[in-house]
Amino acid sequence: MRSERTIDGPGKIVLSFTVNGTGVEIAVARHKTLLEVLREDLGLTGTKHGCELGECGACTVILDGAPVLACLVPAAACTGARVETVEGMAVGPALHPLQDEFAEAGAAQCGYCTSGMLLAAKNLLESNRDPTRDEIRRALAGNLCRCTGYLQIYEAIERAAARMRGAT
Amino acid sequence: MLRLPDFQYHAPRTVEEAVALKVKHGANAAFVAGGTDLLPNMKRRIRKCGHLVDVSHIDELRSAGAFEGGLRLGAAVSLEEAASNEAVRTVCPAYAEAALLVATPTIRRMGTVGGNLCLDTRCLFYNQSYEWRKGIDFCMKADGTICRVAESSPKCIAVSSSDTAPVALAAGATIELCGPGGKRAVSADSFYLGDGIDYMAKKEDELLTALVIPDQTGAQSAYVKVRARGSIDFPVIGVAVWMRRRSSDAPVEDARVVLGAVFPDPREVPAAAEALIGRALDAESIRDAADAAFRAAKPVDNTDGALSWRKEMIRVSTKRALERLGSAR
Amino acid sequence: MSGNRVVGKPHRKVDATAKVTGRTLFAGDLSLPRMLHCKILRSHTAHGTIRSIDLTKALALPGVVAGLTGNDLPIPFGILPVSVDEHAVAIDKVRFTGDPVAAIAAETEEAALEAVRAIEVEIEPLAQIRSIEEGLAVEEPRIQDYGPRGNIHKLVNLEFGDVDEGFAEADLVREDIFFYGGNTHLAMEEHASVADWSPDGKLTLYSSTQTPHYVHRALSKVLEMPPARIRVIACPNGGGFGGKSDIFNHEIAVAYLARLTGRPVKIVLTREEVFYCHRGRHPVLMRVKTGVDRNGAIRAMAFDTLLDGGAYGSYGVASTFYTGALQTVTYDVKRYRFRGARLFTNKPPCGPKRGHGTPQPRFALEIQLDRIAEQLGLDPAEMRLNNLAPPNSVTANYLKIGTMGLGKCIEKVVEGSGWKEKFRMLPYGKGVGIACSSYLSGAGLPIYWNRMPHSGVSLKVDRGGGVAVFCGSTDIGQGSDSVLAYITAEVLGVDPMEIRVVTADTDLTPVDLGSYSSRVTLMTGNAALQAAEKAKDLLAKGAAKKLDVPAGELVFAAGRVFHAADPEKGISFAEAVGAAEALFGTIGTVGSYTPPATAGRFKGAGVGPSPAYSYSAAIAQVDVDMETGRVGVEKIWIGHDIGASINPTLVRGQVEGGVYMGLGEILMEDMAYREKRNVVHKTPGMLDYKSPTTLDMCDVETYLVEEPDPNGPFGAKEVGQGPLLPVPPAVANAVYDAVGVRIDEVPITPHKVMRALREKAATGEGRFGPKKFPSVDWGEPIAVAPPWEDGNGRPKEKKEDRG
Repeated sequence: MRSERTIDGPGKIVLSFTVNGTGVEIAVARHKTLLEVLREDLGLTGTKHGCELGECGACTVILDGAPVLACLVPAAACTGARVETVEGMAVGPALHPLQDEFAEAGAAQCGYCTSGMLLAAKNLLESNRDPTRDEIRRALAGNLCRCTGYLQIYEAIERAAARMRGAT
Repeated sequence: MLRLPDFQYHAPRTVEEAVALKVKHGANAAFVAGGTDLLPNMKRRIRKCGHLVDVSHIDELRSAGAFEGGLRLGAAVSLEEAASNEAVRTVCPAYAEAALLVATPTIRRMGTVGGNLCLDTRCLFYNQSYEWRKGIDFCMKADGTICRVAESSPKCIAVSSSDTAPVALAAGATIELCGPGGKRAVSADSFYLGDGIDYMAKKEDELLTALVIPDQTGAQSAYVKVRARGSIDFPVIGVAVWMRRRSSDAPVEDARVVLGAVFPDPREVPAAAEALIGRALDAESIRDAADAAFRAAKPVDNTDGALSWRKEMIRVSTKRALERLGSAR
Repeated sequence: MSGNRVVGKPHRKVDATAKVTGRTLFAGDLSLPRMLHCKILRSHTAHGTIRSIDLTKALALPGVVAGLTGNDLPIPFGILPVSVDEHAVAIDKVRFTGDPVAAIAAETEEAALEAVRAIEVEIEPLAQIRSIEEGLAVEEPRIQDYGPRGNIHKLVNLEFGDVDEGFAEADLVREDIFFYGGNTHLAMEEHASVADWSPDGKLTLYSSTQTPHYVHRALSKVLEMPPARIRVIACPNGGGFGGKSDIFNHEIAVAYLARLTGRPVKIVLTREEVFYCHRGRHPVLMRVKTGVDRNGAIRAMAFDTLLDGGAYGSYGVASTFYTGALQTVTYDVKRYRFRGARLFTNKPPCGPKRGHGTPQPRFALEIQLDRIAEQLGLDPAEMRLNNLAPPNSVTANYLKIGTMGLGKCIEKVVEGSGWKEKFRMLPYGKGVGIACSSYLSGAGLPIYWNRMPHSGVSLKVDRGGGVAVFCGSTDIGQGSDSVLAYITAEVLGVDPMEIRVVTADTDLTPVDLGSYSSRVTLMTGNAALQAAEKAKDLLAKGAAKKLDVPAGELVFAAGRVFHAADPEKGISFAEAVGAAEALFGTIGTVGSYTPPATAGRFKGAGVGPSPAYSYSAAIAQVDVDMETGRVGVEKIWIGHDIGASINPTLVRGQVEGGVYMGLGEILMEDMAYREKRNVVHKTPGMLDYKSPTTLDMCDVETYLVEEPDPNGPFGAKEVGQGPLLPVPPAVANAVYDAVGVRIDEVPITPHKVMRALREKAATGEGRFGPKKFPSVDWGEPIAVAPPWEDGNGRPKEKKEDRG
């Protein structure tokens, strides 16, 4: 099921997987990471990179339902997988409640860590509809932000969680 | 952007297939599961492997649970799964604690039980880019000939930085391996070799398949980790303590104290255990055990944190770990 | 302010939706057809002479298109006209490990990397200068061939009034030595640039830069091209903090390679390379002497600073002056002396990081004041209140203070934190500490001498009701694009989200000097205000004619223009534009801003003046683990004199972000080097260079003090940098309150606390910090009489005063 197909001799593979709900089949250099394929081959530049060594969390995406660091996932390992990036969060013009609250609370200053933060937060809210401040802090403990001091990010997540629970 | 060198990716479905692939490609292949340790090293051109054998899809490596009164954790079980597994939390809570202290939530979902046990030894002279290492004329663990931390050292002293390995040793765990010649099991204690380069007894072709923690009835264990920040960081000191006693005021019958992030292996300190055995766990015995651990430790300048402070933290962490056991019953 | 509809209210940023959907295009996200990829070969040696460099093998590799070596671009550049000492890649000499040596353009980044590794370079090592002390002592070899002598880059010696006389009059004189370690910006985005060469011989550079105007000037100079043929577009920065405000080697390199190949060339630095770009906080060794009377009133102050500058000039001359400039803006210091020296060392160059040159002296001074208060038995908050620099005054060093809300900031945090119930009263291990600061809202003078505006805005309104604001400013995450929209919207009565903001494009937008020195809100804000007022005036005349009411009685609000007395009598904004177009033709206006004249007329007087100073006071509460030495910061209360908020949500974000960065500096961040044999950065990565995670960040309570400043748009002053400044010393003072030891060195690591605690146990007093200050030949001072001694801002005639 997860075997790779090789084309053009060595160097390239055909990768077929689902990105933000859409099936994709694409030939990519076989040494590429998921991060590189998303950004360079699929034009999904919403996923960022800050270190490429798994140290900053900027490239967090959801792979088969769980957050991963796209910089440390070989693209070849994604055959058949479901990938979700920041580009898949909004439904048409309707922002995901997390996106909406991030915008409202000033939680995205430079916006560079934002995609990773949003996906880590989305994952948290899927398993915990009403997280405490401390649970939010723990869930985001691998996502560095240099602008905000995190506080407005927590507030945005709390407000989004409340909205998603129907509390407001 | 830092990129991986060229490689071919393989996703075998059985242990036998995985081992056969490794045998076929030899030193040019590496087993990988979460990739959180290997891939950064590949990007830095520390590790060169033309073939990645991804073992994370092998079903028999993915189960975790109670086993013969203890626990059996498949190598490809994620650290997050292991830490939240009910059997793990009941039988050996120290393992769950240690697993939860690894890196970050996302890395714990990617990283695995086997990966953390096989974690390459670390050193600030080694975990650097090719270009950086060229600036120090390389070190003996990669591309060079001498140790940059201690230039007269005949062997590499990169540090065992696993959080779970000290607990495995302390709990008397066994590590299961499978190679072309079949399966074997080694005690965690003999799995680690104390050399920064050849740091584990796993043979090149062998795959670590499971961690087996024996029956912990009557035993208690705890793990204390010291690191710079509240998250992300590897330990600069880790202390796992384990002991068995009949009741909270009964004398300690058996004990183990294991230091992580000091030596190239998780290092048991028998003198610290001796300070506890036959005595009640009280301020005095705890102090003696902590002193023994302190005396055994020789941190070198290859992680963050000042040396003398790291040495002192062994005393404090041993004490705190033992105090947790004291208060647990 | 209550009459405002937009300004002063929380609003989303104009780019908020783009940012939360991943649609914001940072420089590294750009890709152009036929694009090549660039990699830079960097020196493996900290100091050496390039004997030979051979690209033959590299250029022969598959996919490799072009290369660059030093002699291809012999004209130097540098951000300050007094330190033009950089090249795209090194000529003859390398000065730190990581200094660019050559560059390659190839079809893929992978091919470029292979090629860079195939370049053959022979470097003959030179002796390395590793520290402030060596920079002072080692005359040869010189890292740079300019500066007063040896490896001294800059030497300053300024005296305002007779300091020795002031010390003689004082009841208590303290002298202390401090060290502030270096740290770096660590913006999440790694620097990236894309250069594009058009067939008609024009160059476009997209870059993650905070200062497109200066990059534009440098490209013109180095590439020997008229500025009119060069277009620099600053992409939104994924964080700046000062780290993207120099002209960088890679920006010049890709521009050159694009011209050479006729193809677009892109570079994205690795995180390690970003550490080599640096321009971060200077390590500074400081000696501070302050004399006070028995009530704690400051009589005289002498500040000596030694800066470890790294291998190039960067903003270093300004940084040096800044270590001595703002002490007098915070507190009333009647006699003041400042001596400073910046040393060249074989390390990545230091430069401007958030707070530029002022967190270091702030750390020293605020700790010393804490000690003085204790010696005199005074409450340190009260003592500070009694020493405030007066509003609307000129300082001893000729800085013009306008509004001054520090007193209110102190009162707010003292009350909010429960200071009076906590200071010296919490149980052992817990403590509180206070510190204050001031910062500029934009530098009073430009980087290169000229009389032109610092900021320009042009505004276009069209008959469809569209409003477009054009300005050279760069949004680095602080929200400067939004500030332009809010101010314009306020004046014209339209929705800020409907305004098109076009910024940071040297072809399309009027010059703004850049996003540095906390200048953007005040300067672009004033320019936007002026442009909008002019447009409003034209529109009002058009609408007045149409509605037949006096223009002065019209209100612009909610997308309409109507009569104040009869809101029903009005027209839509678009109709008002149409009416104005009918009267005046196409409507476009401009606004510009030039800061008021400065008062000092001595060498060095150019660093420190500002149209308005912001003020901050912070109280930190800490919990010190006596066994591990770990300092847990529980909470920080911070008061900030913002003048007036343009958008309180963004202001709070800046305050909290500043507190965060200050916390990182005081607790963990450390630009450390290995110095054995070859100076290399010890930890050029995000794992080992410690930036606080969510689990390291404390709670913050922010109080905004709003007392509109006449020089700020709607009264606004800066907030981007100031709130960082009081955090490090507040934490250090809190550690003393908690466990009675003084840590006079940044960062306060657990190791240092343990050392000091051990010393305290042994001797009764515990301190960790530098003990020696090297002897320095400062030369003759420039003596300037303060205003109250009938000074005119000019140096005194030499003889009279020194006898």
